[in-house]
Amino acid sequence: MSNIPEDLKYTQSHEWVSREANGNVRIGITDHAQEALGDLVFVELPAVGDETDQGDSVAVVESVKAASDIYAPVTGEVVAINEDLEDDPGLINNDPYGDGWLYEVALSDESELDDLLDAEAYEESLED
Amino acid sequence: MARKTTLYSAHIAAGAKMVDFGGWDMPINYGSQIEEHHQVRGEAGMFDVSHMSAVDVEGERSRQFLSFLLANDVAKLRESGKALYSCMLNKQGGVIDDLIVYYLDETRFRLVINAATTDKDLAWIKRQAGPFDLGIAPRRDLAMIAVQGPAARDKVLGLMPAEDAAMAGALKPFFAVQVGELFIARTGYTGEDGFEITLPGAQAHAFWDRLLEAGVRPCGLGARDTLRLEAGMNLYGQDMDEETTPLEAGLGWTVAMKDEREFIGREALEAQKAAGVPWRFAGFTLEGRGVLRAGQRVVTNAGDGVITSGTYSPTLQKAIGMGRIPAEADGTCQVDMRGKLLELRTVRPPFVRNGAACEGIL
Repeated sequence: MSNIPEDLKYTQSHEWVSREANGNVRIGITDHAQEALGDLVFVELPAVGDETDQGDSVAVVESVKAASDIYAPVTGEVVAINEDLEDDPGLINNDPYGDGWLYEVALSDESELDDLLDAEAYEESLED
Repeated sequence: MARKTTLYSAHIAAGAKMVDFGGWDMPINYGSQIEEHHQVRGEAGMFDVSHMSAVDVEGERSRQFLSFLLANDVAKLRESGKALYSCMLNKQGGVIDDLIVYYLDETRFRLVINAATTDKDLAWIKRQAGPFDLGIAPRRDLAMIAVQGPAARDKVLGLMPAEDAAMAGALKPFFAVQVGELFIARTGYTGEDGFEITLPGAQAHAFWDRLLEAGVRPCGLGARDTLRLEAGMNLYGQDMDEETTPLEAGLGWTVAMKDEREFIGREALEAQKAAGVPWRFAGFTLEGRGVLRAGQRVVTNAGDGVITSGTYSPTLQKAIGMGRIPAEADGTCQVDMRGKLLELRTVRPPFVRNGAACEGIL
């Protein structure tokens, strides 16, 4: 049974989105995704300053089992990336919603958050 | 409907993530395949390998039959319990399976064959055995547990009464002995020391639990693959198959052709040698990011090759792989990694020994 925190928003492609105090948005992959991928060994993140459009492939996470593209859940400029993942990609497996976060974005379009799934809708999508 | 070994409930109890492997429901990991890998290299881990099959070959002409059936030479087996790694070939020199054969006595040999190829192998063996008047007995009543790692033998011996432990403890590498109900072989598929223990299926769960109590950690197929690849060991179905000869798969060392012994596939191999073997088997490492995977195209100055086995090496912390390249290729090779060409380092397996990189690997 995978963990799906109530206070986050989600995509069909298993990214989660959280609103930070400073108005920026933090992005990662869900417990379901890390469990399906297995032990992660390499992570390719966007660069700070990159412009990302909703739906673009912006990052790659690679496990022993497979490489998986990460799709930008929202449009905006990348303002921070999780540098700890360079040496310890396993943080994504061990703490996908906390220390395993991928990158942060300054949102260009608030309304895009409405496109995202809430916890219940994401859980239902997993049952399909 | 996938088959289950007698240890199925033990895997579930240990939190295994199960997958289908060759028609069997098997544990791929129990949480982290990388941790399991390190556990085997550092201490001791155990694998349920009951999906593989022990096949007992019995009769006066057992040795004569196996001398004809197998590409390696059972004449090397004179001491009771001695084991030999061999390919079993078809007439075109293609590999039907790789296996280990144990010499028990002059009228009894035991083969251990792969899970996915069991039915095919048995049909072939029975057909070839026809004129030799033998008993061919697949031992589906037996389970198999591989305990591997520097502490593995001690852990197993610690569970046995003193007399049995003395017998099993005296085993040299690549030898086996029957100790009560346990057939204990000092063999493995990880590059570490250890035992592969074949025992009655009904006793397997209790034995597994005792190993657990002794601190041996359950390890799944994910770790099994990273361990064997670090050790430079081939995997049937990937590194070789019926369309591949042992000479193309780095297994020339397992084919005994120095004398006149007749064996199935010999003529085809001799013809291939005379014409020049078109493929060379090599090991590869990748600097930087990316995981090598079976099926990836390898670019050489003599044409394309292919990665036949690839993974991330937890011990070396980089990608490693093995594959076939054109025999005339020289210079650096590149791998097509999702559309990008990345430079490979060509090396000779094994990659890891005694828990550290072999010379020339890093």
